[in-house]
Amino acid sequence: MGRYVIRRLLQMIPVFIGATLLIFLMVNVMGDPIAGLCGDRQCDPATATQLRKEFGLDKPVWQQYATYMGNVFTGDFGTAFNGQEVTELMSTAFPVTIRLTIVAIVFEVVIGIALGVVTGLRRGRPVDTGVLLITLVVISVPTFVTGLLLQLLLGVKWGWISPSVSSEAPFDELIVPGLVLASVSLAYVTRLTRTSIAENRRADYVRTAIAKGLPRRRVITRHLLRNSLIPVVTFIGTDIGALMGGAIVTERIFNIHGVGFQLYQGILRQNTQTVVGFVTVLVLVFLVANLLVDLLYAVLDPRIRYA
Amino acid sequence: MLLEVRDLHVEFRTRDGVAKAVNGVTYSVDEGETLAVLGESGSGKSVTAQAVMGILDTPPGKITAGEILFKGQDLLKFKEEERRKVRGAQMAMIFQDALSSLNPVLSVGAQLGEMFTVHRGASRKEAKAKAIELMDRVRIPGAASRVGDYPHQFSGGMRQRIMIAMALALEPALIIADEPTTALDVTVQAQVMDLLAELQRELHMGLILITHDLGVVADVADRIAVMYAGRIVESAPVHDIYKAPAHPYTKGLLESIPRLDQKGRELYAIKGLPPNLMHIPPGCAFNPRCPMAQDVCRTDVPPLYEVTEAGTDRVSACHFWRECLNG
Repeated sequence: MGRYVIRRLLQMIPVFIGATLLIFLMVNVMGDPIAGLCGDRQCDPATATQLRKEFGLDKPVWQQYATYMGNVFTGDFGTAFNGQEVTELMSTAFPVTIRLTIVAIVFEVVIGIALGVVTGLRRGRPVDTGVLLITLVVISVPTFVTGLLLQLLLGVKWGWISPSVSSEAPFDELIVPGLVLASVSLAYVTRLTRTSIAENRRADYVRTAIAKGLPRRRVITRHLLRNSLIPVVTFIGTDIGALMGGAIVTERIFNIHGVGFQLYQGILRQNTQTVVGFVTVLVLVFLVANLLVDLLYAVLDPRIRYA
Repeated sequence: MLLEVRDLHVEFRTRDGVAKAVNGVTYSVDEGETLAVLGESGSGKSVTAQAVMGILDTPPGKITAGEILFKGQDLLKFKEEERRKVRGAQMAMIFQDALSSLNPVLSVGAQLGEMFTVHRGASRKEAKAKAIELMDRVRIPGAASRVGDYPHQFSGGMRQRIMIAMALALEPALIIADEPTTALDVTVQAQVMDLLAELQRELHMGLILITHDLGVVADVADRIAVMYAGRIVESAPVHDIYKAPAHPYTKGLLESIPRLDQKGRELYAIKGLPPNLMHIPPGCAFNPRCPMAQDVCRTDVPPLYEVTEAGTDRVSACHFWRECLNG
């Protein structure tokens, strides 16, 4: 197990370097960062040259990358053009997004798995068909439609929630945005759980559990669910990374100042430091989440042993 | 009588039609007695057992008629919760494939122990101690150190021993073993069968042994019930049947056993295939494959005739049981 973790951690290095290099190059192609700094006006050539030299932008790209990565490892993600430290931006943005992700994951786990179990056990009945149909609708409708619709109805028309989230973004204000963010994954979790439950329901070990005279509830939770959740956990685990980085649309709609919002602003304003910094952290989150999923897999299914 | 199954009928309602899996099965087992239920795949032997245990998949399965008397009470009249308390505690089942029948993600100790926590309200610690005791009893070496292991870490024979231990956990009055040795190596088969027979004697349990292995039957069974197309075609004490079968199907089964003194000769096989349970032939279900079939076999369903000439307590569902006995 220990050796497996070390090997996986070592494998992360090339993936991390590759991913960050790619984003670094892409941002470089995006345009001249100095032009972005000056805003709409044309830059003064002398100032521009001066700034280029100051930021090291006159050096070749590979050298810029090396310097940047060197700084990253000392915890310095650089400074945004407005003078704010990128790390400072992160320290305000990430807690918000993490809260949003937690809300979304809770929805996925609680509602998704519950619906999946109910429909899996009643396959072909009206409940099952109804839920299946709803999940299909949720999966097909893009997030920005569900988001804007809920904002309009709940926030503007009926006034149940405030249409935009305040800058502190406490949990209670994140419930509806979290649901919107979770919606598509929630539908997938439902379907995945349903299929898995329906498949395992007729398994021999479930029959054994019934033959042992265990109460139905125990048969379902201890024997059926535990086996059926293995693929679902894998999905939810990988989804954590996706939710954290993919909240751009949701965060825009509800005006949440999280990671997605900062990334969006950064791209819009050609703020390379912000974009590269945030993406670098997201890559790390992704890698760690994936590793945790694989380790959790072994905990759930003892037949899987890593050596 | 410990268990009496009377005129049991089970159907499976599928999209393609109704499959009549069990069509009036009657058998009984007493305490300490071993009844071997013999028959080909699809003869209804497992379905009958599942109906007795109350673990039939309903739907598609449905018990349409009959009684299952356990210690004098009709289990089919029980509510599900009462039925559940009988399962595991008073009657238990051993399944064929222990690898798929044990939960892959729970340790064997947990699976054995939950019998005690659920039915007897034992604490976790007590349950673990009991689990080790059971594993010792079915002679798993190093039980105390292996109680936390998972099913896949055991060999086939050891896994089947764990299944047996699980069935014996609460010392039920009746055990139903559904082909307990089919999935095992021949050498291990004998060991597992001996263990089961020994524990049965020790605990004085009734045992229903479902099998298609006639070799196993001869050693351990007291009585044999032969099933064909969802009915009992012959039932008799084991020695009487081996001496002189009173049904052509039983006869065919016995003749198809490979024997050393028949070396070099072609093996006997019953011609044809078992009937489709959605279209069971009229009259005697075996008539299309029967070498002795007459016109009456194609029209009249044979009742269970008392076989009075060779041994006692025998029945045969053949119009020509006398001819069969003597031929």
